[in-house]
Amino acid sequence: MPQNGNITDEHVEILVNDVLEQHGYDFTGYSRASLKRRLARLYTLDKHVSFAEFRYKTLNDNVYFKHFVEGVTVNVTEMFRDPAFYRLLRTKILPSLNTYPFIRIWLAGCSTGEEAYSIAIILKELNLLHKSLIYATDINPTVLEKAASGMFPLSQMKSYSENYIASGGEKEFSSYYTANYSLAKFDTALKAKMIFSTHNLVSDRSFNEFQLILCRNVLIYFDRSLQFSVLQLFDQSLESLGYLALGTKETIDFSPISPVYERVGTDKIWRKKSI
Amino acid sequence: MKKTGALIIGGSAGSLDVLLKVLPQINRHLDFPIIIVIHRKQGTDSLLTDLLTHRTNLKVKEADEKEAIRDGYIYIAPSDYHLLVEKNFTFSLDYSEKVNYSRPSIDVTFQSASDVYGPRVVCLLLSGSNADGVNGLIFAKRNGGITLAQDPSSAQVAYMPEQAILKANVSEVLKIEEMANYINSLSTNN
Repeated sequence: MPQNGNITDEHVEILVNDVLEQHGYDFTGYSRASLKRRLARLYTLDKHVSFAEFRYKTLNDNVYFKHFVEGVTVNVTEMFRDPAFYRLLRTKILPSLNTYPFIRIWLAGCSTGEEAYSIAIILKELNLLHKSLIYATDINPTVLEKAASGMFPLSQMKSYSENYIASGGEKEFSSYYTANYSLAKFDTALKAKMIFSTHNLVSDRSFNEFQLILCRNVLIYFDRSLQFSVLQLFDQSLESLGYLALGTKETIDFSPISPVYERVGTDKIWRKKSI
Repeated sequence: MKKTGALIIGGSAGSLDVLLKVLPQINRHLDFPIIIVIHRKQGTDSLLTDLLTHRTNLKVKEADEKEAIRDGYIYIAPSDYHLLVEKNFTFSLDYSEKVNYSRPSIDVTFQSASDVYGPRVVCLLLSGSNADGVNGLIFAKRNGGITLAQDPSSAQVAYMPEQAILKANVSEVLKIEEMANYINSLSTNN
Protein backbone atom coordinates (compact mmCIF):
# COMPACT_ATOMS: atom_id res chain seq x y z
CA MET A 1 0.00 0.00 0.00
CA PRO A 2 1.55 3.32 -1.02
CA GLN A 3 2.20 5.35 2.09
CA ASN A 4 1.30 8.89 1.10
CA GLY A 5 -2.16 8.00 -0.14
CA ASN A 6 -4.13 8.65 3.03
CA ILE A 7 -2.74 12.02 4.11
CA THR A 8 -3.20 15.08 1.93
CA ASP A 9 -1.31 18.36 1.96
CA GLU A 10 -4.31 19.97 3.67
CA HIS A 11 -4.25 17.33 6.40
CA VAL A 12 -0.60 18.11 7.05
CA GLU A 13 -1.33 21.81 7.50
CA ILE A 14 -4.31 21.11 9.76
CA LEU A 15 -2.20 18.90 12.03
CA VAL A 16 0.71 21.35 12.09
CA ASN A 17 -1.71 24.04 13.12
CA ASP A 18 -3.51 21.90 15.74
CA VAL A 19 -0.29 20.74 17.32
CA LEU A 20 1.03 24.27 17.59
CA GLU A 21 -2.16 25.67 19.12
CA GLN A 22 -3.02 22.77 21.38
CA HIS A 23 0.38 21.47 22.42
CA GLY A 24 2.81 24.30 21.66
CA TYR A 25 4.98 22.18 19.37
CA ASP A 26 5.95 24.16 16.30
CA PHE A 27 6.42 22.05 13.17
CA THR A 28 5.72 24.92 10.76
CA GLY A 29 9.38 25.09 9.68
CA TYR A 30 9.66 21.37 8.95
CA SER A 31 10.23 20.23 5.37
CA ARG A 32 6.82 19.18 4.13
CA ALA A 33 7.73 16.17 1.98
CA SER A 34 9.33 14.37 4.88
CA LEU A 35 6.70 15.50 7.40
CA LYS A 36 3.92 14.25 5.15
CA ARG A 37 5.62 10.87 4.86
CA ARG A 38 5.99 10.62 8.62
CA LEU A 39 2.35 11.50 9.19
CA ALA A 40 1.17 9.03 6.55
CA ARG A 41 3.37 6.36 8.12
CA LEU A 42 1.98 7.07 11.58
CA TYR A 43 -1.56 7.03 10.26
CA THR A 44 -1.00 3.60 8.73
CA LEU A 45 0.95 2.14 11.66
CA ASP A 46 -1.69 3.25 14.15
CA LYS A 47 -4.46 1.89 11.92
CA HIS A 48 -6.60 5.00 12.02
CA VAL A 49 -9.82 4.60 10.10
CA SER A 50 -10.23 8.26 9.26
CA PHE A 51 -8.32 11.50 9.33
CA ALA A 52 -10.91 12.86 11.75
CA GLU A 53 -9.98 10.16 14.26
CA PHE A 54 -6.24 10.77 13.78
CA ARG A 55 -6.80 14.48 14.31
CA TYR A 56 -9.03 14.01 17.35
CA LYS A 57 -6.58 11.73 19.14
CA THR A 58 -3.66 13.99 18.35
CA LEU A 59 -5.55 16.98 19.71
CA ASN A 60 -7.12 15.50 22.80
CA ASP A 61 -5.18 12.48 23.95
CA ASN A 62 -1.95 13.52 25.66
CA VAL A 63 -0.63 9.99 25.83
CA TYR A 64 -1.23 9.61 22.11
CA PHE A 65 0.40 12.96 21.46
CA LYS A 66 3.63 11.75 23.05
CA HIS A 67 3.57 8.86 20.66
CA PHE A 68 2.76 11.29 17.83
CA VAL A 69 5.88 13.36 18.51
CA GLU A 70 7.99 10.23 18.62
CA GLY A 71 6.48 9.04 15.35
CA VAL A 72 6.77 12.31 13.49
CA THR A 73 10.39 12.96 14.42
CA VAL A 74 12.98 10.59 12.97
CA ASN A 75 14.80 8.60 15.63
CA VAL A 76 17.03 6.42 13.53
CA THR A 77 20.56 6.48 14.91
CA GLU A 78 23.49 4.20 15.66
CA MET A 79 26.74 4.15 17.60
CA PHE A 80 29.82 5.46 15.79
CA ARG A 81 27.75 6.10 12.70
CA ASP A 82 30.01 7.45 9.92
CA PRO A 83 33.24 6.08 11.42
CA ALA A 84 35.36 8.63 9.52
CA PHE A 85 33.60 11.39 11.44
CA TYR A 86 34.35 9.76 14.80
CA ARG A 87 37.94 9.23 13.74
CA LEU A 88 38.27 12.99 13.25
CA LEU A 89 36.70 13.61 16.66
CA ARG A 90 39.16 11.16 18.21
CA THR A 91 42.33 12.28 16.46
CA LYS A 92 41.83 16.01 16.17
CA ILE A 93 38.78 17.70 17.61
CA LEU A 94 38.50 16.27 21.11
CA PRO A 95 42.27 16.25 21.83
CA SER A 96 42.36 19.97 20.97
CA LEU A 97 39.85 20.58 23.78
CA ASN A 98 42.29 19.21 26.33
CA THR A 99 43.54 22.72 27.09
CA TYR A 100 40.20 23.60 28.68
CA PRO A 101 39.84 22.89 32.40
CA PHE A 102 36.28 21.78 31.76
CA ILE A 103 34.75 20.55 28.48
CA ARG A 104 31.11 21.19 27.66
CA ILE A 105 29.55 19.37 24.71
CA TRP A 106 26.02 19.82 23.40
CA LEU A 107 24.51 16.97 21.46
CA ALA A 108 21.37 18.47 19.95
CA GLY A 109 18.80 15.97 18.70
CA CYS A 110 20.40 13.09 20.58
CA SER A 111 17.46 10.73 20.00
CA THR A 112 17.95 7.44 21.86
CA GLY A 113 21.49 8.32 22.93
CA GLU A 114 23.76 6.16 20.76
CA GLU A 115 25.86 9.17 19.75
CA ALA A 116 26.20 10.36 23.34
CA TYR A 117 27.63 7.02 24.43
CA SER A 118 29.93 6.93 21.41
CA ILE A 119 31.37 10.32 22.31
CA ALA A 120 31.70 9.38 25.97
CA ILE A 121 33.67 6.27 25.00
CA ILE A 122 36.13 8.33 22.97
CA LEU A 123 36.44 10.91 25.76
CA LYS A 124 37.18 8.10 28.18
CA GLU A 125 39.87 6.65 25.95
CA LEU A 126 41.43 10.10 25.55
CA ASN A 127 41.37 10.47 29.31
CA LEU A 128 39.09 13.51 29.05
CA LEU A 129 35.82 12.10 30.32
CA HIS A 130 36.44 13.05 33.96
CA LYS A 131 36.40 16.75 33.06
CA SER A 132 33.70 16.63 30.40
CA LEU A 133 29.96 17.02 30.43
CA ILE A 134 27.72 15.99 27.55
CA TYR A 135 24.39 17.83 27.38
CA ALA A 136 22.21 15.52 25.31
CA THR A 137 18.91 17.09 24.27
CA ASP A 138 15.94 16.14 22.15
CA ILE A 139 12.45 17.47 21.46
CA ASN A 140 11.04 14.11 22.40
CA PRO A 141 10.87 13.01 26.07
CA THR A 142 10.26 9.35 25.21
CA VAL A 143 13.57 8.89 23.42
CA LEU A 144 15.38 10.66 26.27
CA GLU A 145 14.08 8.05 28.69
CA LYS A 146 15.57 5.37 26.48
CA ALA A 147 18.82 7.29 26.18
CA ALA A 148 19.10 7.66 29.93
CA SER A 149 18.64 3.91 30.43
CA GLY A 150 21.95 3.30 28.65
CA MET A 151 20.66 0.07 27.18
CA PHE A 152 20.74 -0.79 23.52
CA PRO A 153 19.77 -3.94 21.62
CA LEU A 154 22.43 -6.60 21.93
CA SER A 155 21.75 -7.54 18.32
CA GLN A 156 23.30 -4.23 17.22
CA MET A 157 26.60 -4.73 19.03
CA LYS A 158 28.36 -6.54 16.22
CA SER A 159 27.77 -3.70 13.80
CA TYR A 160 28.55 -1.03 16.44
CA SER A 161 31.76 -2.83 17.28
CA GLU A 162 32.75 -2.75 13.60
CA ASN A 163 31.96 0.96 13.45
CA TYR A 164 34.00 1.51 16.63
CA ILE A 165 37.03 -0.24 15.19
CA ALA A 166 36.67 1.57 11.85
CA SER A 167 36.60 4.88 13.76
CA GLY A 168 39.97 4.11 15.37
CA GLY A 169 38.87 2.37 18.56
CA GLU A 170 41.41 -0.12 19.81
CA LYS A 171 39.83 -1.57 22.93
CA GLU A 172 37.56 -4.55 23.17
CA PHE A 173 34.19 -2.90 22.44
CA SER A 174 32.39 -5.44 24.60
CA SER A 175 34.31 -4.17 27.63
CA TYR A 176 31.95 -1.17 27.66
CA TYR A 177 28.76 -3.10 28.26
CA THR A 178 27.32 -6.12 29.98
CA ALA A 179 24.83 -8.33 28.22
CA ASN A 180 21.47 -8.41 29.91
CA TYR A 181 19.09 -10.74 28.05
CA SER A 182 18.55 -9.02 24.69
CA LEU A 183 20.06 -5.73 25.83
CA ALA A 184 23.57 -4.37 26.21
CA LYS A 185 23.82 -2.23 29.33
CA PHE A 186 26.56 0.35 29.03
CA ASP A 187 29.06 1.23 31.75
CA THR A 188 27.39 3.68 34.14
CA ALA A 189 30.63 5.69 34.32
CA LEU A 190 29.80 6.88 30.79
CA LYS A 191 26.30 7.99 31.75
CA ALA A 192 27.60 9.82 34.79
CA LYS A 193 28.95 12.50 32.46
CA MET A 194 25.72 13.03 30.54
CA ILE A 195 22.78 15.30 31.21
CA PHE A 196 19.60 14.45 29.36
CA SER A 197 17.03 17.14 28.86
CA THR A 198 14.23 18.10 26.49
CA HIS A 199 15.07 21.02 24.27
CA ASN A 200 13.14 22.16 21.22
CA LEU A 201 15.47 23.69 18.64
CA VAL A 202 12.54 25.58 17.16
CA SER A 203 11.34 27.37 20.25
CA ASP A 204 13.87 27.02 23.07
CA ARG A 205 16.82 29.28 23.61
CA SER A 206 20.50 28.91 24.17
CA PHE A 207 21.13 27.52 27.67
CA ASN A 208 24.91 27.42 28.00
CA GLU A 209 28.20 27.96 26.19
CA PHE A 210 29.94 24.97 24.67
CA GLN A 211 33.24 24.06 23.08
CA LEU A 212 31.62 21.50 20.82
CA ILE A 213 28.09 21.27 19.46
CA LEU A 214 26.98 18.24 17.48
CA CYS A 215 23.71 18.19 15.58
CA ARG A 216 23.75 15.51 12.95
CA ASN A 217 20.92 14.71 10.57
CA VAL A 218 18.46 17.03 12.27
CA LEU A 219 18.69 20.11 10.05
CA ILE A 220 17.76 18.07 6.96
CA TYR A 221 14.19 17.98 8.29
CA PHE A 222 13.96 21.77 8.53
CA ASP A 223 13.32 24.33 5.83
CA ARG A 224 15.99 26.89 5.00
CA SER A 225 14.78 29.65 7.29
CA LEU A 226 14.45 27.33 10.28
CA GLN A 227 17.89 25.90 9.49
CA PHE A 228 19.31 29.41 9.61
CA SER A 229 17.68 30.27 12.91
CA VAL A 230 18.90 27.01 14.48
CA LEU A 231 22.41 27.68 13.20
CA GLN A 232 22.22 31.10 14.85
CA LEU A 233 21.14 29.44 18.08
CA PHE A 234 24.21 27.20 17.84
CA ASP A 235 26.40 30.20 17.11
CA GLN A 236 25.10 31.92 20.26
CA SER A 237 25.83 28.77 22.23
CA LEU A 238 29.36 28.20 20.96
CA GLU A 239 32.48 29.69 22.48
CA SER A 240 35.01 31.37 20.31
CA LEU A 241 37.21 28.65 18.71
CA GLY A 242 34.54 26.06 19.46
CA TYR A 243 33.47 23.43 16.96
CA LEU A 244 30.15 22.77 15.25
CA ALA A 245 29.57 19.30 13.75
CA LEU A 246 26.73 18.53 11.34
CA GLY A 247 25.57 15.46 9.41
CA THR A 248 27.26 14.19 6.26
CA LYS A 249 24.83 15.99 3.96
CA GLU A 250 24.39 19.18 5.98
CA THR A 251 26.25 22.46 5.68
CA ILE A 252 26.50 25.98 7.12
CA ASP A 253 27.41 27.34 3.66
CA PHE A 254 25.10 30.16 2.50
CA SER A 255 23.87 30.65 6.08
CA PRO A 256 24.28 33.91 8.01
CA ILE A 257 26.82 32.37 10.39
CA SER A 258 29.18 31.01 7.72
CA PRO A 259 31.49 34.10 7.60
CA VAL A 260 32.66 33.52 11.17
CA TYR A 261 33.39 29.82 10.70
CA GLU A 262 36.18 27.83 9.13
CA ARG A 263 35.74 24.33 7.80
CA VAL A 264 37.98 21.70 9.40
CA GLY A 265 39.35 19.64 6.52
CA THR A 266 36.79 18.06 4.24
CA ASP A 267 34.47 16.86 6.98
CA LYS A 268 31.28 18.48 8.18
CA ILE A 269 32.94 20.19 11.13
CA TRP A 270 33.42 23.94 11.38
CA ARG A 271 35.44 25.96 13.86
CA LYS A 272 34.28 29.33 15.09
CA LYS A 273 36.89 32.01 14.44
CA SER A 274 38.22 33.99 17.37
CA ILE A 275 36.63 37.39 17.59
CA MET B 1 3.66 23.52 -22.21
CA LYS B 2 6.27 21.05 -21.04
CA LYS B 3 5.27 17.44 -21.36
CA THR B 4 7.41 16.08 -18.58
CA GLY B 5 8.06 17.34 -15.05
CA ALA B 6 10.72 14.83 -14.11
CA LEU B 7 11.99 11.39 -15.01
CA ILE B 8 12.81 9.21 -12.04
CA ILE B 9 14.90 6.10 -12.68
CA GLY B 10 15.16 3.42 -10.01
CA GLY B 11 17.22 0.28 -10.04
CA SER B 12 19.22 -2.19 -8.07
CA ALA B 13 21.46 -5.10 -9.05
CA GLY B 14 22.23 -4.92 -12.76
CA SER B 15 20.91 -1.40 -13.28
CA LEU B 16 24.21 0.44 -13.54
CA ASP B 17 25.05 -1.25 -16.85
CA VAL B 18 21.73 -0.08 -18.26
CA LEU B 19 22.46 3.52 -17.25
CA LEU B 20 25.92 3.33 -18.79
CA LYS B 21 24.39 2.22 -22.08
CA VAL B 22 21.44 4.62 -22.11
CA LEU B 23 22.80 7.90 -20.71
CA PRO B 24 25.32 8.56 -23.53
CA GLN B 25 22.43 8.73 -25.99
CA ILE B 26 20.35 11.20 -24.02
CA ASN B 27 19.78 14.56 -25.66
CA ARG B 28 21.72 17.23 -23.80
CA HIS B 29 18.89 19.77 -24.01
CA LEU B 30 16.25 17.90 -22.04
CA ASP B 31 13.62 20.22 -20.60
CA PHE B 32 13.19 18.13 -17.47
CA PRO B 33 15.49 16.70 -14.77
CA ILE B 34 16.46 13.04 -14.43
CA ILE B 35 16.60 11.75 -10.86
CA ILE B 36 18.38 8.44 -10.31
CA VAL B 37 17.88 6.21 -7.26
CA ILE B 38 20.22 3.23 -7.27
CA HIS B 39 20.73 0.82 -4.40
CA ARG B 40 24.39 0.57 -3.55
CA LYS B 41 26.95 0.35 -0.81
CA GLN B 42 27.51 3.29 1.49
CA GLY B 43 30.39 5.61 0.75
CA THR B 44 30.53 5.04 -3.01
CA ASP B 45 28.79 8.29 -3.90
CA SER B 46 31.49 10.23 -5.69
CA LEU B 47 32.47 7.09 -7.59
CA LEU B 48 29.03 6.73 -9.11
CA THR B 49 28.77 10.43 -9.96
CA ASP B 50 32.19 10.33 -11.66
CA LEU B 51 31.30 7.19 -13.52
CA LEU B 52 28.12 8.66 -14.96
CA THR B 53 29.63 12.10 -15.64
CA HIS B 54 31.96 10.56 -18.19
CA ARG B 55 29.08 8.95 -20.06
CA THR B 56 26.86 11.92 -20.72
CA ASN B 57 26.84 15.55 -21.85
CA LEU B 58 24.30 16.39 -19.19
CA LYS B 59 25.45 17.74 -15.86
CA VAL B 60 25.55 14.95 -13.27
CA LYS B 61 25.52 15.67 -9.56
CA GLU B 62 24.53 14.20 -6.25
CA ALA B 63 21.29 15.73 -4.99
CA ASP B 64 21.93 18.18 -2.15
CA GLU B 65 19.29 18.88 0.44
CA LYS B 66 17.21 22.02 -0.31
CA GLU B 67 18.84 22.27 -3.73
CA ALA B 68 16.64 23.70 -6.50
CA ILE B 69 15.97 21.04 -9.15
CA ARG B 70 17.05 22.15 -12.61
CA ASP B 71 16.01 20.93 -16.05
CA GLY B 72 18.64 19.09 -18.03
CA TYR B 73 20.47 17.90 -14.92
CA ILE B 74 20.96 14.33 -13.79
CA TYR B 75 20.68 14.01 -10.01
CA ILE B 76 21.77 10.99 -8.02
CA ALA B 77 20.24 10.11 -4.66
CA PRO B 78 23.05 10.02 -2.07
CA SER B 79 23.67 6.67 -0.43
CA ASP B 80 22.07 6.03 2.95
CA TYR B 81 19.45 8.82 2.69
CA HIS B 82 15.96 8.79 1.23
CA LEU B 83 15.53 11.45 -1.44
CA LEU B 84 12.29 13.47 -1.46
CA VAL B 85 10.94 16.24 -3.68
CA GLU B 86 9.32 19.33 -2.16
CA LYS B 87 6.41 21.27 -3.66
CA ASN B 88 8.76 24.15 -4.48
CA PHE B 89 10.88 21.81 -6.62
CA THR B 90 13.76 21.42 -4.22
CA PHE B 91 15.18 18.23 -2.76
CA SER B 92 14.90 17.04 0.83
CA LEU B 93 16.91 14.25 2.40
CA ASP B 94 15.54 11.95 5.04
CA TYR B 95 17.41 9.53 7.27
CA SER B 96 14.36 7.61 8.47
CA GLU B 97 13.88 3.84 8.60
CA LYS B 98 14.85 1.80 5.58
CA VAL B 99 12.00 0.91 3.23
CA ASN B 100 12.18 -2.53 1.59
CA TYR B 101 15.53 -2.90 3.38
CA SER B 102 16.74 0.02 1.29
CA ARG B 103 17.90 3.58 1.85
CA PRO B 104 17.61 5.31 -0.53
CA SER B 105 14.35 3.61 -1.32
CA ILE B 106 12.99 3.84 -4.86
CA ASP B 107 9.41 3.69 -3.54
CA VAL B 108 10.01 6.80 -1.45
CA THR B 109 11.34 8.91 -4.33
CA PHE B 110 8.75 7.64 -6.83
CA GLN B 111 5.94 8.53 -4.42
CA SER B 112 7.34 11.86 -3.40
CA ALA B 113 8.05 12.95 -6.99
CA SER B 114 4.63 11.76 -8.06
CA ASP B 115 3.10 13.78 -5.25
CA VAL B 116 4.72 16.92 -6.67
CA TYR B 117 4.71 16.36 -10.45
CA GLY B 118 1.42 14.40 -10.63
CA PRO B 119 0.60 13.40 -14.21
CA ARG B 120 3.87 14.88 -15.47
CA VAL B 121 6.06 12.37 -13.68
CA VAL B 122 7.68 9.47 -15.51
CA CYS B 123 9.01 6.58 -13.40
CA LEU B 124 11.25 3.90 -14.86
CA LEU B 125 12.17 0.77 -12.93
CA LEU B 126 15.24 -1.16 -14.05
CA SER B 127 16.94 -4.43 -13.21
CA GLY B 128 17.07 -5.54 -9.57
CA SER B 129 16.57 -8.33 -7.11
CA ASN B 130 13.86 -6.92 -4.82
CA ALA B 131 10.54 -5.20 -5.30
CA ASP B 132 11.47 -1.70 -4.10
CA GLY B 133 9.86 0.75 -6.52
CA VAL B 134 6.79 -1.30 -7.32
CA ASN B 135 4.53 0.46 -4.79
CA GLY B 136 5.89 3.76 -6.02
CA LEU B 137 4.90 2.84 -9.58
CA ILE B 138 1.38 1.96 -8.44
CA PHE B 139 1.15 5.32 -6.67
CA ALA B 140 2.54 7.26 -9.65
CA LYS B 141 0.16 5.59 -12.07
CA ARG B 142 -2.81 6.29 -9.83
CA ASN B 143 -1.78 9.96 -9.90
CA GLY B 144 -1.79 9.92 -13.69
CA GLY B 145 1.97 9.54 -14.22
CA ILE B 146 3.69 7.38 -16.82
CA THR B 147 5.23 4.18 -15.46
CA LEU B 148 7.85 2.14 -17.25
CA ALA B 149 9.74 -1.08 -16.60
CA GLN B 150 12.80 -2.54 -18.21
CA ASP B 151 11.99 -5.59 -20.31
CA PRO B 152 12.81 -8.40 -17.85
CA SER B 153 14.30 -10.52 -20.64
CA SER B 154 16.96 -7.81 -21.10
CA ALA B 155 17.60 -7.39 -17.36
CA GLN B 156 20.59 -8.89 -15.57
CA VAL B 157 18.26 -9.50 -12.63
CA ALA B 158 14.68 -9.78 -13.82
CA TYR B 159 12.83 -9.84 -10.49
CA MET B 160 12.32 -6.09 -10.01
CA PRO B 161 10.90 -5.28 -13.47
CA GLU B 162 8.91 -8.54 -13.39
CA GLN B 163 7.24 -7.46 -10.16
CA ALA B 164 6.55 -4.06 -11.72
CA ILE B 165 4.81 -5.65 -14.69
CA LEU B 166 2.96 -8.14 -12.52
CA LYS B 167 1.71 -5.74 -9.85
CA ALA B 168 1.88 -2.18 -11.14
CA ASN B 169 0.30 -2.48 -14.58
CA VAL B 170 3.05 -0.30 -16.08
CA SER B 171 2.35 1.97 -19.03
CA GLU B 172 5.14 0.45 -21.13
CA VAL B 173 7.89 -2.13 -21.08
CA LEU B 174 11.13 -1.02 -22.69
CA LYS B 175 14.15 -2.85 -24.00
CA ILE B 176 17.49 -1.22 -23.19
CA GLU B 177 17.99 -0.06 -26.79
CA GLU B 178 14.57 1.61 -26.79
CA MET B 179 15.10 3.64 -23.64
CA ALA B 180 17.16 6.56 -24.96
CA ASN B 181 14.73 7.32 -27.76
CA TYR B 182 11.82 7.09 -25.39
CA ILE B 183 13.45 9.43 -22.88
CA ASN B 184 14.44 11.95 -25.56
CA SER B 185 10.88 11.99 -26.84
CA LEU B 186 9.63 13.06 -23.40
CA SER B 187 11.26 16.43 -23.96
CA THR B 188 9.35 19.16 -25.79
CA ASN B 189 12.48 20.60 -27.38
CA ASN B 190 13.44 17.18 -28.64
